[in-house]
Amino acid sequence: MTFALSFYTLAVVKALVLLGILLITLVYIQWVERKLIAHIQGRWGPNRVGPHGLLQPIADSLKLLTKEDLTPPHVHKLIFVMAPFLAVSLALISIAVIPFGGEVEVFGVRTTLQLTDLNIGLLFIFAVTSLGVYGIALGGWASNNKYSLFGALRSSAQMLSYELSLSLGVVGVLLLSGSLSLRRIVDSQAGYYFGFLPRWNVFHGPLPQLVGFLVYLTAAFAETNRVPFDLPEAETELVAGFHTEYSSMKFALFFMAEYANMITVACLATVLFFGGWHAPLPESWGIQYAPLVVGALVAGLLLYHSQGAFAGKQRRSMQVFGVVAALIGAAFLLQPVRVLFSPLFWFAAKSGFFLFLYIWVRGTLPRFRYDQLMGFGWKVLFPVGVANVLVTALMVALFG
Amino acid sequence: MPDVTFLDANELVLNMGPQHPSTHGVLRVILKLDGEKVLGCECVIGYLHRGVEKIAENRTWMQFAPYVDRMDYVAAVSNGLGYCLAVEKLMSVEAPPRAQAVRVILTELNRITSHLLWLGTHALDIGAITPVFYCFREREEALKIFENYCGARLTTHAFRIGGLQYETYDTFEKEVLAFCDMFPAKVDEYEELLTGNRIWLGRTRGVGILTAEDCKDFGVTGPVLRASGVEWDLRKAQPYSGYEKYDFAIPTGRNGDTFDRYIVRIQEMRQSLRIIRQAVEGLPTGPIMGKVPKVMKPPVGECYVSIEAPKGELGYFVVSDNSTQPYRVRVRPPSFVNLQALDRMCRGSLIADVVAIIGTIDIVLGEVDR
Repeated sequence: MTFALSFYTLAVVKALVLLGILLITLVYIQWVERKLIAHIQGRWGPNRVGPHGLLQPIADSLKLLTKEDLTPPHVHKLIFVMAPFLAVSLALISIAVIPFGGEVEVFGVRTTLQLTDLNIGLLFIFAVTSLGVYGIALGGWASNNKYSLFGALRSSAQMLSYELSLSLGVVGVLLLSGSLSLRRIVDSQAGYYFGFLPRWNVFHGPLPQLVGFLVYLTAAFAETNRVPFDLPEAETELVAGFHTEYSSMKFALFFMAEYANMITVACLATVLFFGGWHAPLPESWGIQYAPLVVGALVAGLLLYHSQGAFAGKQRRSMQVFGVVAALIGAAFLLQPVRVLFSPLFWFAAKSGFFLFLYIWVRGTLPRFRYDQLMGFGWKVLFPVGVANVLVTALMVALFG
Repeated sequence: MPDVTFLDANELVLNMGPQHPSTHGVLRVILKLDGEKVLGCECVIGYLHRGVEKIAENRTWMQFAPYVDRMDYVAAVSNGLGYCLAVEKLMSVEAPPRAQAVRVILTELNRITSHLLWLGTHALDIGAITPVFYCFREREEALKIFENYCGARLTTHAFRIGGLQYETYDTFEKEVLAFCDMFPAKVDEYEELLTGNRIWLGRTRGVGILTAEDCKDFGVTGPVLRASGVEWDLRKAQPYSGYEKYDFAIPTGRNGDTFDRYIVRIQEMRQSLRIIRQAVEGLPTGPIMGKVPKVMKPPVGECYVSIEAPKGELGYFVVSDNSTQPYRVRVRPPSFVNLQALDRMCRGSLIADVVAIIGTIDIVLGEVDR
């Protein structure tokens, strides 16, 4: 039985589902970050609101929503209000063209796990994210505050410079796959060399894009204003950088924009270099049972630790989460679940790793200085990116 | 030369502080900027002025001792030691050997806690958010020893004029030695995070250079002076409280930049451990209090006593008119004197460097303003 779903209904349903998932991820990536950083630093992190502090993001959102929305008298009102909306909407739009999985059939409706497949998907993402700098630049300028202005100036210069390297890092991938459509790029990475090595672009012949990936990754850190390139909001120098004057929900929007950008570049790294939703090993190696194993491991760990002496108040919640993890793992025994969720599992695992990398780096490295940042971008990253493009082009021309 | 003054129209004055995340309290710095480049800076101090020196004239000699702890509250034990030594010199009494050794142990532990706080916040200023938690973790262990000894953690008031108020507690030596055993590995840990880090090197090498000549001109002392290559440490140059008995080195730098000051302070922590270990192992027995009358009336006279506090030369100039209260107490705080060099160090650097430089001078505003 198949439902005849009009194109528009389907698009709206998919958009709502995607938005819901994205917003929940946005909120909870902050919880994950706070927990991880806390454990890196030998602290507990949020653990008061709900079990393991899991309700903390909700409490924070509510707090930010109900705070007084202060507009200082010395700001340029229209632009001051517009800037955060600009930043967040542009950050959220770019997720629309990212493919999370192949074609699936849910309740008899066949569709792709992607909001829309633009044939210039990659260009679209770059266009939209580079517009995102306007949110920051205008916000900093409209605040009419010297610290904000410095933050805005820094971020415009930084994002413009690193965008070049970001694009250069990706050109190699374009040469290999010959398409700007993200779906086509992922499709070109299907299959395995020698029966086990995935044909992901980081391993892809004739020239593995390892250098391109490193250039992309570094530039992506700068593009999203994360440590060690977090100069626009360098807290210890510029108080809070471009969002010094922002409060309440407007501040939260900037915050959301930053994390949405993080998620976008992490997903993009997965799509461009790590084969999107393709598993790292062929099915003949039994890789399709990996989610099962992960679920069992998580369940085992949680249940084991819930019996430990230090579990304390968390004992009950750890047991519940352990059982849930076991059930999720067990669900992957069912064929339809596996077909539908395996690609999503791999996509989430890869993107999650990059997000983890962001947080890990934040807990480890100091911050660059402005001149060093520019020097690094133009003198190191840019030439390496260009060289990578040239060599890749040559290899593709000779052996591709 | 053509007249290029019209270019000055781009000069930007940026007010940093007194409420700013990295001015370490309530320091206010007025920066003159050309873009991100610093043309000059001016410190505005006094936001934490409490008139400590004036208070001294209305308290008895003994009563004033707790007040000095509130100047450099990060290194309260050193402050107390300096004041006690000054009054003791005025009264011509000396603390017994056991008291002297305990004083050395606590003062050196305090040097470590002070340097740890500096290291953590300095790294935080430069953008590394993790070392500060590691530093506080170990600082806690040292503070526990203070707490067990005298009941207070920060403003300890650990010493009395003439010796010590309290005998050490039962497990004192064991705990201090345990700290000495635990700590070197932790210092390695901090160094692992920072010393070889390319970004850290980039942010500290060649930043805020102060030559030995500059240091002497400004009267800069302590680790900042030693990082410029001058081997000057009052613990060696004019030993007090029995420092001549201990074997330790004076770490020095060569370039006088922020990185050298970082290395010097790291090395100083290791040297402090050496001193503590020697002092604990050779801890003499005997009385802990010298012959001091209940009502103190030092003879008419004046004296200046200075010690090597964690931040530099901490001096006390005390004047007595043979009454129960000091006639005048003047403090030479190292932070205040070292802060003078800020303008010299900042000129020509970038905004981000100013933050690093304020951190590297290691100021405590309680001491700057008094």
